[in-house]
Amino acid sequence: MDHTEKYDIEKIRADFPVLEQKVYNNKPLIYLDNGATTQKPLRVIRVVNRYHSELNSSIHRGVHFLSDQATNAYEKARETVRNFINAEKKEEIIFTSGTTGSINMLAFSFGEQFLEEGDEIIISEMEHHANIVPWQMLCERKKTKLKVIPFDDNGVLDLEVYENRITDKTKLISVTHISNTLGTVNPVREMIRIAHKNGIPVMIDAAQSIQHTEIDVQELDCDFLVFSGHKVYGPTGIGVFYGKEKWLELLPPYQGGGDMVDIVTFEKTTYNELPFKFEAGTTNYIGAIGMAAALEYISEIGMKKIAAYESDLLEYALQKLDHSGGITIYGLAPEKASILSFLIDGIHMLDAGMIFDKMGVAVRIGSHCAQPVMQHFNIDGTLRASVSFYNTKQEIDYLCKAIQQVKTMFT
Amino acid sequence: MATIQEVQEEIVNEFIVFNDWMDRYNHLIEISDDLPLIDGKLKNNEYIIRGCQSKVWLNAEFNNGKIKFTADSDAIITKGIIALLIRVLSDRTPNEIIDAELEFIDRIGLRQNLSPTRANGLLSMIKQVKLYAIAYDAREKKK
Repeated sequence: MDHTEKYDIEKIRADFPVLEQKVYNNKPLIYLDNGATTQKPLRVIRVVNRYHSELNSSIHRGVHFLSDQATNAYEKARETVRNFINAEKKEEIIFTSGTTGSINMLAFSFGEQFLEEGDEIIISEMEHHANIVPWQMLCERKKTKLKVIPFDDNGVLDLEVYENRITDKTKLISVTHISNTLGTVNPVREMIRIAHKNGIPVMIDAAQSIQHTEIDVQELDCDFLVFSGHKVYGPTGIGVFYGKEKWLELLPPYQGGGDMVDIVTFEKTTYNELPFKFEAGTTNYIGAIGMAAALEYISEIGMKKIAAYESDLLEYALQKLDHSGGITIYGLAPEKASILSFLIDGIHMLDAGMIFDKMGVAVRIGSHCAQPVMQHFNIDGTLRASVSFYNTKQEIDYLCKAIQQVKTMFT
Repeated sequence: MATIQEVQEEIVNEFIVFNDWMDRYNHLIEISDDLPLIDGKLKNNEYIIRGCQSKVWLNAEFNNGKIKFTADSDAIITKGIIALLIRVLSDRTPNEIIDAELEFIDRIGLRQNLSPTRANGLLSMIKQVKLYAIAYDAREKKK
């Protein structure tokens, strides 16, 4: 484990004030709900605080000192995002409210422009509801069809079925990079290659991958990629919609309003150029600036180092859970991120979750906004421990202790 | 038979001896065994209470002016909570149930201790119990 030796976990943890706190009768907080949202480092907290207290001003509008400062920082944030995912151009980065907002935007704009009755969209069986429902709504509007790539019991997508699902009616493929429930890292590069061979664009939902792996949109060659700031140590209410310029030029705007226009008359309005065409109204510029600070922070630590550390933690956790016995893990794909869905045999997830909580262990329970995954396994939900680069092996040990406690109490 | 108020006092006294919530949960697990169980055949969608994170089934039977409740849940702590509710409200007249103020829930810290989603589940249970009472009351008045 050479690569973790230089990894200064104490220093990293000290950057996250939330982690220091004690809950219920002085128990240390063990935060293992990073799949739902990640904690914020001091750098993000300070930037957001500073902009609210010193530099707040509406961007792209005022001709005054504050507005210029905020506008510059906002556009610098766009450049930071571009650099982080290695997009070719800054104009390809659109700030949105988050992953959900981004997918709804694509479903609307792409649907309006390119879809006709009978056309098909392909998603996978392991999607978050945010990558299911907007497409279903589109299907209702446009009378198009949603097709689904199944996964096997380990949580691996069936690429053969995927290829067979593609027809000349297929207009778009929208899949998650990493499953928020199973932790599966999908072979998106290969999937994109197959789609492009058939002339079909692909959207990648990177909500659960942006914080775990290095992402290079040019190398992936994805047409669209979306993620949320709050899952990558940034503020909530801010997210990214990346699109190749050629597509963004073709797509109509999603929402109308200020800043996205060129000339407005009551007869006709012409739209602003990229990226502003897609950023109607006053955007969450402080969120964008905060998110950029988060991306800079993790870049300095290094995504490769983060991925290696998290992969060690995952392996450790899988071993420990296996040793505990009486646990069923959902999602055992060979390529797996540090997201662990499991049930303790014979014990309801709610019972376990309530005891975990009182022991200071924060996990998520339920269907994790991915009910079709639960339907696949014929269960109501799971306990989900999602591990981040600030978690430790001691915390995994404590999780196992909590599992032991639950077993003692309920059997 | 003890009044609703007396049963509530009894429950509060049982719980206040435990300072730690783990002990309170243990107590809820213990009393989950006291729950008068719903007939297995009724554990279907018709008897399920919506809005709970675990499955909860509730049935009410009206006899000699009083309502008797039976229930079940797939989660044990939830079962313990319904057992408490039923201990307070079962074998009462519809009006007693309708008028009951369930102060024990706050006094043992149950509501504050549950997350908003779980607290909503508890409210759904109470609502369902009271709805049964209202329905039987209306039926009796019609007669």
